[in-house]
Amino acid sequence: MHRRDLLRASGLALAAPALAVSGARHAWAQSREDTLLVVVEVGQNSLDPQGLGVNQATLGVTWNIYDRLIGFGVKTLPDGNRTFDFDHLVPELAESWQVASDGASVTFRLRPDAMFHDGSKVTAADVKWSLDRAVSNPGPASQMRAGALEKPEQFVIVDERTIRVDFITRSKLSLPDLAVIQPSVFNSELCKKHATADDPWALNWVKTNAAGGGAYTLESWTPRQETILTRNEAWVSGKKPTFQRIVIREIPSAGSRRALLQRGDADLSFDLPPRDYVDLAKDGRLKVLGVPATNTFQYVGMNTRKPPFDDVLVRQAVAWALPYQEIFDTALQQRGRKLFGGPSALAGTAWPQPFPYATDPDRAKALLAQAGKADGFDTTLAFDLGTASIDEPVALFIQEALAALKIRVAINKLPPGQLRGSIGRREQPFYLFSFGAWFDSPEYFFFLLYDGKLDGPSNGASYANPEVDAAIDTARATTDPATYDAALRAMMTAAMRDVPYVPIVQPFVNVAMRKDVGGFVNMFHRQLDYRPLTRV
Amino acid sequence: MARPSPWRYVGRRILSALPVLAGVVVITFVLTRMLPGDPALYYAGQVDSFQAVEEVRHRMGLDRPLPVQFVAYVGDLLHGDLGQSLSTGQSVGREIVQRLPASFELMAVALAVGMALAIPLGVAAATRPGSLLDHACRVTGTAGVSLPTFFTGLVLIYVLYYLLGIAPAPVGRFPSFMRPPPSVTGLLTVDCLLAGDFGKFRVACAQLALPALTMAIFTLAPLMRMTRASMLGVLSSEFVRQARANGMPWPRLLFGTALRNAMLPVVTTMGMIASSMLGANVLVERVFAWPGVGSYALDAMVSLDYAPLQGFVLTMSVLYVLINLLIDVLYGIIDPRVRFEA
Repeated sequence: MHRRDLLRASGLALAAPALAVSGARHAWAQSREDTLLVVVEVGQNSLDPQGLGVNQATLGVTWNIYDRLIGFGVKTLPDGNRTFDFDHLVPELAESWQVASDGASVTFRLRPDAMFHDGSKVTAADVKWSLDRAVSNPGPASQMRAGALEKPEQFVIVDERTIRVDFITRSKLSLPDLAVIQPSVFNSELCKKHATADDPWALNWVKTNAAGGGAYTLESWTPRQETILTRNEAWVSGKKPTFQRIVIREIPSAGSRRALLQRGDADLSFDLPPRDYVDLAKDGRLKVLGVPATNTFQYVGMNTRKPPFDDVLVRQAVAWALPYQEIFDTALQQRGRKLFGGPSALAGTAWPQPFPYATDPDRAKALLAQAGKADGFDTTLAFDLGTASIDEPVALFIQEALAALKIRVAINKLPPGQLRGSIGRREQPFYLFSFGAWFDSPEYFFFLLYDGKLDGPSNGASYANPEVDAAIDTARATTDPATYDAALRAMMTAAMRDVPYVPIVQPFVNVAMRKDVGGFVNMFHRQLDYRPLTRV
Repeated sequence: MARPSPWRYVGRRILSALPVLAGVVVITFVLTRMLPGDPALYYAGQVDSFQAVEEVRHRMGLDRPLPVQFVAYVGDLLHGDLGQSLSTGQSVGREIVQRLPASFELMAVALAVGMALAIPLGVAAATRPGSLLDHACRVTGTAGVSLPTFFTGLVLIYVLYYLLGIAPAPVGRFPSFMRPPPSVTGLLTVDCLLAGDFGKFRVACAQLALPALTMAIFTLAPLMRMTRASMLGVLSSEFVRQARANGMPWPRLLFGTALRNAMLPVVTTMGMIASSMLGANVLVERVFAWPGVGSYALDAMVSLDYAPLQGFVLTMSVLYVLINLLIDVLYGIIDPRVRFEA
């Protein structure tokens, strides 16, 4: 008896999925056209663009929920892909702006009809409160400092619709720094209602509540499962978006995300492993785009304070020994732009650009002998397990290639997300990592990665070269094109000669989408801007 | 002679679990702090200076001495506050309460399906040892337990969803374009029934089917082997022979007398499987985007998020204690010889 009942029950359970499909499909069709279904690995951990410890997905979702004063324009690359234009700022909440004739300030004029999601008007007081908040909290302050925006006194309300930003130093990055995510404009009255004595900036409340006026409003958020955005019909800061609803579904397994895309049940995914994009492109049913990530490279780092990498000859030997083409073809599946095998002299001041190194074991051997390391040495190569699908094969190729030079490489796999900290503490002699700067400006990239005076967390090689430091300072300060050009050439030449970092590729921002989705624009934050997307 | 009350036994067991839980609190606190990596540096993200990192550390309260942090943690715990997750921005207590039913529902269904298949097969194998059926059971069982669950899961998705299209998309507990029923128990299938919505009930069952099947396949082998071994022992014992000689009908003997006597080790195994399935099913949860506690803990560990990790271990310890208690009580019901004594 028992057995029969149990078997019958389990038979029913197995039959259930077939029965359920019709119902689900029906509901699906109703809002399909106007809805964009995005599948991601991880969703946001906060709704505060100025929060502490916010992840990449937070930047993406808040980019669409909040407006900034200004935004970046869009340019079309030679390959037809569209990307943000760092040199071309466009109005967002500010309908116009004027830099003072002495260059010491900029005055923004707000749109008269801009409103927050709750219907209240966007005023200069809101802008000031938001910018004050950005420079007063450790999360966003670091990014604000990049544009020399440091003190609340710099933000002055002129009248209800006008706000002036005073510069403490002349920095070319001050204006673009107002177009990134951190200076988002908050509904200050709403936030203040939820502020407490301990938490004057309402950090706790904003973490889980949206207080913006951007193109999309937050309909619902179930952490680690799903986020739904709805188009803000009252939005005036730009062209009205096509999609009425955005459903962001968190699917941790890349295999499942891919299956959803291929079945046509999801519209778009931008965080699959490189291998999947290659397969999907071959498969032909989906549209696959790869846009080189702006001002970013994937590199092999060597700590210039840890022997034997303190010797520039050893670093150059390694740079001549790396198996670039194998790494590019097999591990990276060619999803990137090559940064090796370039000409021996600098080719202009575009950044990043190919370094002169290529695989030349004889040259590497000669350099090692010159450094007194003809018998090789032992070292460990670290990578982060969070990016193991790419970095593990890269590490194995490097291990194999260096063995030919008697360099014995042990591979050190760090738990996901922990390599950054370890690099910050300068623990790794030899490691695989990538670095990107939001600003499409070489001197800013060099400032964070190569500056010996700053010696910041990203400079895992502890690279310090007074000549480079001086060039970075000059390039950041000067307005003279010739001086600027000379400074860039000096730092780039030194970077190629001293090779604390050997770049392999400029990685792609990869996106796979259904053929009927269009309008994709690559953004500096490498997350999705839903506003320009269309259904074609 | 009156049987001693099981309730006193239960009470005593719960009391004796308290020191264990206190130990768990201390150990998880110390262990999480011993994890490699620096959460302040991790959460500071790409900042320009170490001073900014120190400011982040201060805001996170991680610059205080460990004993001070511990006292603060225990103080919060006594107020029922498990802290806040840094990686989801939510209260840990609330998230665990939301996620536990998802894991529980999956575990319960998987275990039910597993038992429904394993026990009859185990009994059948035991009655005909060495037969073709016995060997077939052994082979399927071994295959089921040897294949990693994420692999079984991906194969099922590939065949039943991707190729045949009869299973729904592996998007978690409920599809995107439908509203889930109001949450009462947190068990989605039960909530659908409570709301009287059979359409949604079917959808919830459909979402549950593949992950539950994946897990059930994994549980088949241990349950089946245990049933078979235990049944073999019981079937060759004297009381079964006696009962048979006295003319007891075979089905009643097999399922009534023998199976009941063989159930003890099976129930023990089941308890162990249930406990581990609840928290350690990270792979199945990830493949099916199932919002359970296992993947929650894994994500927390990966992102150096101390509060959810501590909350998870503590919750799991409480559950282990409760499940073991339940198993012990079940012993008493199955086997009257088990007495609730110290």
